Amino acid sequence: MKHVKILGTGCRNCQATLNLVEEVARAQGVEIRLEKVDQIQDIMRYPIMATPGVVIDEVVVHSGGVPDRKTVEGWFVAPSV
Amino acid sequence: MNPTATTDPQRLAPWLVGLPIAAVFWGLAYSHLTEIADLAIGALGLTRATQLGEAIHFFLYDTPKVLLLLTGIVFVMGVIQTFFAPERTRALLAGRRLGLGNALAASLGIVTPFCSCSAVPLFIGFLSAGVPLGVTFSFLIAAPMVNEVALALLLGLFGWKVALLYLGLGLAVAIVAGLVIGELKMERHLEDWVRAIHLGEATAASGSDQCWTERLHAGLRHVREIVGRVWPYVLLGIGLGAAIHGYVPEDFMAAFMGREVWWAVPAAVVLGVPMYTNAAGIIPIVEALIGKGAALGTTLAFMMSVIALSAPEMLILRKVLKWPLIATFIAAVASGILLVGYVFNLVL
Repeated sequence: MKHVKILGTGCRNCQATLNLVEEVARAQGVEIRLEKVDQIQDIMRYPIMATPGVVIDEVVVHSGGVPDRKTVEGWFVAPSV
Repeated sequence: MNPTATTDPQRLAPWLVGLPIAAVFWGLAYSHLTEIADLAIGALGLTRATQLGEAIHFFLYDTPKVLLLLTGIVFVMGVIQTFFAPERTRALLAGRRLGLGNALAASLGIVTPFCSCSAVPLFIGFLSAGVPLGVTFSFLIAAPMVNEVALALLLGLFGWKVALLYLGLGLAVAIVAGLVIGELKMERHLEDWVRAIHLGEATAASGSDQCWTERLHAGLRHVREIVGRVWPYVLLGIGLGAAIHGYVPEDFMAAFMGREVWWAVPAAVVLGVPMYTNAAGIIPIVEALIGKGAALGTTLAFMMSVIALSAPEMLILRKVLKWPLIATFIAAVASGILLVGYVFNLVL
């Protein structure tokens, strides 16, 4: 199971990213553990300069703006296909 | 990871055809705005001689004009921004000295993608990479103030001279305020956890290796995101502006926002702080007020204050700055805006 963290202090883009990640993962049948990191001190443990950031298994895969749907789909390739 | 990346060269073709066609339609529409508004007024059985007719004509002329400009400029900016990821901007600014560094930082503030919720990560990212505090502030002040939405609206409603003046003065305020903060050597007024943080090398700059299809797509996404978010404010702002335009008597605003009223500029700056709206909502109203005798300097000061000195952003920055630094930041920016307001009122 992938551990996904959404880094963001709670602006609209962060929420949109969270929803998109949740939706794509479900659509592709990938089980994930989704965590929201909204304290700035915790966010700054990762090397990002713009929020929202997305961290999968402790690797930063995205920062700044809502990611493309295609990009998100690339993160969650269904295990059976 | 991205399977479309390999097929991208062929996918540039639709852009090469679509973009010129879109540009031609854009140009045609933009050059016939008055005719379209006249036709629409006629179809409604109104004339511009009546108050209602004048107000509706104002609305039907300004709305498509501003939305066309907004879409065009936001698209171009979206493409340009793909060349200036925050990581790249940071690399350009690292180790710069005060002075030239401030000017560069303020200019980069125009083209680097920025949203105020990212202010803190950006701030820390800059400092930890060795960008001086004063240079970082020049960036942070310029980025929200001279943004593409404000420029598009000023261009559409006031013309290129005022848009250019706003751009120049906005940059000047950011540069000078950053210089002052840099000279005061206020690093010790950063929150302790910020000073303790040592950021590793940031992830590779996203965007440096994009191909043109991706950049153009980014432009389109930018339009969807920005125009999709601000169009209701534009409509609301122009609607209110139209009402003021049609119904408020001439010179109504001159009494308390005219250029002879010395306290109008500081009052406008103070009023602007608690207001948190975006350029899209405020500029159409400002235009209508000016039509009724409000002085341009006073209204520009109000606009800059609303955008650059917003209370919510102060609260975000409070997490990384101690009060003396926040107070200095506010004082430097506010004085800059005051100066801009008075200079405008004197010169124009």
